[in-house]
Amino acid sequence: MTTTSVRAAETTSKTRRSTKTKPRKTSLLRRMRRAWQLYVLLIPPVVFSLIFLYWPMYGLQLAFKNYNIVEGINGSPWVGMQYVSQFFHSHLFWPVIKNTLVLNIYALIALFPLPIILALLLNSLRNQRFKKAVQLITYAPYFISTVVLVGIILMLFSPTTGVVNRPITALTGNPVDFLSEGLFRHTYVWSGAWQTLGYSAIIFLAALASVDPQLHEAARVDGASIISRIWHIDLPSILPVTVTLLILNMGQMLSVGFEKVLLMQNPNNLSVSQVLDTYSFQIAFQSQIPQYSYATAIALFKAVISLILILLANWLARRVAKQGLF
Amino acid sequence: MRIREPKGDRAYYIVNYSVLILFTLMVLYPLIYVFSASFSSASAIANNEVVLWPVGFTADAYKTIIQSPNLVIGFGNSVLYTVAGAVIGTALTLLAGYASSRDDLPFRRLITFFFLIPALFAGGIVPTYIVVQQLGLLDTRWAIILPGAMSVFNVIITRTFYQMNVPNEMLEAAKVDGANDFRFFFRIALPLSKPIIAVNLLFYGITQWNGWFNAFLYTTDPGLQPLQLVLRELLSQSAINPSMIGSGDVAELLRRKELFDKLKYAMIVVAMIPPLVAYPFVQKHFVKGALIGSVK
Repeated sequence: MTTTSVRAAETTSKTRRSTKTKPRKTSLLRRMRRAWQLYVLLIPPVVFSLIFLYWPMYGLQLAFKNYNIVEGINGSPWVGMQYVSQFFHSHLFWPVIKNTLVLNIYALIALFPLPIILALLLNSLRNQRFKKAVQLITYAPYFISTVVLVGIILMLFSPTTGVVNRPITALTGNPVDFLSEGLFRHTYVWSGAWQTLGYSAIIFLAALASVDPQLHEAARVDGASIISRIWHIDLPSILPVTVTLLILNMGQMLSVGFEKVLLMQNPNNLSVSQVLDTYSFQIAFQSQIPQYSYATAIALFKAVISLILILLANWLARRVAKQGLF
Repeated sequence: MRIREPKGDRAYYIVNYSVLILFTLMVLYPLIYVFSASFSSASAIANNEVVLWPVGFTADAYKTIIQSPNLVIGFGNSVLYTVAGAVIGTALTLLAGYASSRDDLPFRRLITFFFLIPALFAGGIVPTYIVVQQLGLLDTRWAIILPGAMSVFNVIITRTFYQMNVPNEMLEAAKVDGANDFRFFFRIALPLSKPIIAVNLLFYGITQWNGWFNAFLYTTDPGLQPLQLVLRELLSQSAINPSMIGSGDVAELLRRKELFDKLKYAMIVVAMIPPLVAYPFVQKHFVKGALIGSVK
């Protein structure tokens, strides 16, 4: 099923609904009273959201307060922009921002085109069983936990016992530390490729499935090679999906995989692995004196920038690709 | 009619198959290696003899896991969190998804936005920690299960599922027969939702099984730790910690020291198997759902 046909199916079902159930002129209050059971059904998820999602949003004001555990959030005194400016003036401000951006931009540039290529390769296969097998195997790592992924990296890439370092040591005489300062970023990004490539290709494969086979037939009769058919038929047809996804990915620029970075972090690679999320986490939970307010200010800074990026990306997606997230 | 293949196509397919086979092997190899190492003898691993298949086949690493109280407790905890997380998450998601799918619900858009906003602008770790603290949930199992119990992404997929699969005509027919909204939801909509229930259960289950961070942040009691957290601690230790894998005399400890690296491999396998077994089931439905969700 394709994205566009899903949309189309939905619009038709909607129009069908609205013609069937005529918008009766009933007052809002009466309609609400009639739907009271639906509101009852909504109570558990709404209560959940209020407690675990909205209450923490209220707690974001900590960034502007001097948090005192005895006084609580409400009782703690306001300090204005003190913690935000403390972060701006911190000697770690630029390194952390740089690490966050470099890691994300590297991952975006390296990992964005690959699922498209994988999908194009898979799509042009005629052997369906081989195609299914490749998909089944390459999806699988997506479902493995971050701890296991990092565990596999630690074990297989270990300088002393890792299987990957055996041929390297045999050839060059020196083992390579893949989590070192110089290689951390590459290990992070390419292990991400290992884990998510197969899964990310799905959406492009779905878009490719909507290409009219007659186009390919006609092109073949005209003697077009498979490469020119991919270039002139397949690629243009997945362009809208590609643009949308690219823009949405850019919207999440600062949300680097927090858990994975945290698990891969060690004192030797801290200079390149300290990102906004891990820095905030460290200040709140791993320092001698937990500084909740300062940590919240850093997290808030990140959240605001992310929100702006997401809204910007969505606006762009609507304009360029005529599709938005909301 | 048979169309003659242009000359370049042969070369393309050779490259295509080579690239795909190579990539598939690269994905597969680490998984096979970890599996093989966990079944190999400790000396074979130490001497780098394991390349692809187990060398000196033995399951003693798995025996050690079964005999270590901490690992067994971790496994039990993980099962508990997985089941509880799956059930609670699915229940919340079905309720939110069904009710917000009904177009005769006043303020429907507003309610959808209510669920969507936290996905765009979340409170973050510290404020969430303080909430968990104020609720008195620190060092309880609820702190591991509840804070991330419902995913907005799943609510949207579920909502779309109901919009497309439970037509209004059905609702009207049921209402003519005297069914109210509760009755319709529990008697008619729910039995129709088997695929989306399966997707939600598996999705939340896998998320809980794979999770470690909530336990890491909110609990200090080793008795509450899930398997992933035990594994994380095991991996971060380069030397042996006897308390992790049971007690014994000195000779026994030496033998266990040899076992230690193997144990890591075996633990990775144990932590990895359930999601890998579950994913073919979730995959089929979830791919469709993910696509619907991504354009909404």
